[in-house]
Amino acid sequence: MAFLIIFNVFPLLYSLGFSFTDFRASSKAAVNFVGLKNYTDILADPVIWRSFSTTLWYVIVSVSGQFVVGFGLALMLNRPIPGKGFLTTLLLLPMMLSPVVVGLFWKLIYDPSWGILNYALGLGKTAWLTDANLALYAVAITDIWMWSPFVMLLSLAGLSAVPKHLYEAASIDRASKFYTFFRITLPLVAPILLIAVIFRTMEAFKTFDIAFVMTGQPQAELISSRLYKMAFAQWQTGPASALAYIVLIMVLCITNIYVKYLNKAKER
Amino acid sequence: MRNLSKGILAGVGLMLMSSTSVLAQELTILWAEWDPANYLQELVNDYQAETGVTVTVETVPWPDFQTKAFTEFNAQGSAYDLVVGDSQWLGAGSTGGHYVELTDFVAKHNLTTTMAPATMQFYSEYPGGSGKYWSVPLEGDAVGWAYRKDWFEDPTEMANFKAKYGYDLGVPKDLKQLVDIAEFFHRPAENRYGAAVYTQVPGDAITMGVETFIFSYGGSLGDYANYKVTGLLNSAESAEGLEDYKKLYGFGPPGWGNAFFAEVNTAIAQGQVAMGMNFFAFFPSLLNEATNPQAANMGFFANPPGPRGHDFAALGGQGISLVSYSQNQEEAMKFLEWLVKDETQKKWAELGGYTAAAAILESEEFQNATPYNKAFYETMFKVRDFWALPEYAELLDEGQQAFYDYVVNGNGTAQEALDKLAVTWVDSLKAAGYPAE
Repeated sequence: MAFLIIFNVFPLLYSLGFSFTDFRASSKAAVNFVGLKNYTDILADPVIWRSFSTTLWYVIVSVSGQFVVGFGLALMLNRPIPGKGFLTTLLLLPMMLSPVVVGLFWKLIYDPSWGILNYALGLGKTAWLTDANLALYAVAITDIWMWSPFVMLLSLAGLSAVPKHLYEAASIDRASKFYTFFRITLPLVAPILLIAVIFRTMEAFKTFDIAFVMTGQPQAELISSRLYKMAFAQWQTGPASALAYIVLIMVLCITNIYVKYLNKAKER
Repeated sequence: MRNLSKGILAGVGLMLMSSTSVLAQELTILWAEWDPANYLQELVNDYQAETGVTVTVETVPWPDFQTKAFTEFNAQGSAYDLVVGDSQWLGAGSTGGHYVELTDFVAKHNLTTTMAPATMQFYSEYPGGSGKYWSVPLEGDAVGWAYRKDWFEDPTEMANFKAKYGYDLGVPKDLKQLVDIAEFFHRPAENRYGAAVYTQVPGDAITMGVETFIFSYGGSLGDYANYKVTGLLNSAESAEGLEDYKKLYGFGPPGWGNAFFAEVNTAIAQGQVAMGMNFFAFFPSLLNEATNPQAANMGFFANPPGPRGHDFAALGGQGISLVSYSQNQEEAMKFLEWLVKDETQKKWAELGGYTAAAAILESEEFQNATPYNKAFYETMFKVRDFWALPEYAELLDEGQQAFYDYVVNGNGTAQEALDKLAVTWVDSLKAAGYPAE
């Protein structure tokens, strides 16, 4: 409890106080109370809105991709195939790597001059990480590669918990595979899939390390990178605290929406 | 028994005294993780041999350097006695109370005349023109150019170039010629490109490249003394410089939108580019055959003047400052006394450090020591820097975004980009309490 108060509650409240001041951690100037100015300035700043909309689109692309790939892999592995254990371990490897290592590794893969991706796909000199229209997707693909195994793992747990007798009954009734999937499999694994989506949405919203090492393209700047710049490059401690609170509130709102769906799914 | 107790007490007392003394015999310098920091460690080993004081150069990777230093400053921590900080930190370091004022030290050692004047102005003085000094120039640095001598001296290339442009291929006499040369060598089908310039957004890369062109075309980033931006930053000269920088970017390798010193050296080492812009501190590795297969073919030149003769280059490098929270300030001052001595500066240059001592820079011995020292000497007398206000990081971030948006993303015109940036900078300066216009 003491640990929680010292390292979580106290900094949370302390930074809330900062968010209403013009405090700069790099300066010894007197700290002034500025009311809601930091919040109104942030919400009127087009650069921050650009980062927010970029982040939102990144979350949609990245989490959707992880869901499709992760769940698809789980369905593939939820059947008797040779070398299943080895294959599962192999597929889990990406999420065990450091995000910075993954970012640097993919930076090489994407390199327009000698990267293997352009070579393998015959894409010429496509500049994945510096093109304003591609950079965000390039980072999202990396995130999908890294975190789909997480969705796969949870999905596998959900799929293995579906009672076998339901499939047997469906088989006796000559239900089609499509019907079985949408009437038995999906409803029963939905709660655990939603949990995976909640975790990945929260994490994707906070993505920093992968994007930071992979691209400097301002059109692909995520809100965490903007927050980092404000807090630690520019030492705008007050406004940065306000932005952190806005991000926190947004993540809580999105999570709450998911939790409501989760409860509904459980009730069903 | 009483004598034994007295003896033990005396022994403990002596131990404590000697341990206090040992603690005072250590100095820690914070710097970024790069070769010059290793040279500095070698240099200070001499100081240890002379005085018995242990000096440790603690390094932090470049991306974390500013954060690490200011986190320590903000906590008023005494982990570091001296810091080799960027020139832009002067405002925040001095007004924030993190640096000890060294004006008397500078006067005592006559550093304003013994060091290259521009280095004192940009590494040490804050506010500009105030006569207040906060650091001793340590690692002089600025933007220069490396080029492929073998390509430039190839008879066929020379003949073709002359036929196309009407003058001889060689080290460019001005930046317009540099753009011509980059265009000439730009042959994507042969995986050969004209020039590698700075474009990265995190940090200060693209601004360092762009400001070199803006200054040399007769433009400016503003009047640092009077906070005037409008009409200076967005002058026709600044816009012309920015336009030509964009042209040069267009003659770079594919996907060249995230490049700083490492990427430039890599492009040169891989034989991709005819010319590469870089800070002089990164040129030694280009002469090392282990890291650059083209080492034998490398030439170097100072940033050439602009089309109307304005001759400038963006400043890099750092001065060494005394941290005001240091517990060893007296010892640190003694170290600085040793550091500014002529023989120490000479040794520093021999080890590979870029001294700012004018006499050494002007000496034949220094200029002939490496293929790039002469260009470095020429550059250190024509450097210009970015804003050094405590709020420099906000201005820098706004500049990085604006320059990138025009140069790499290709949005709008150079004039539009600078007009927009001028409005943004005036707003930011006013918000910080400066009488900007």
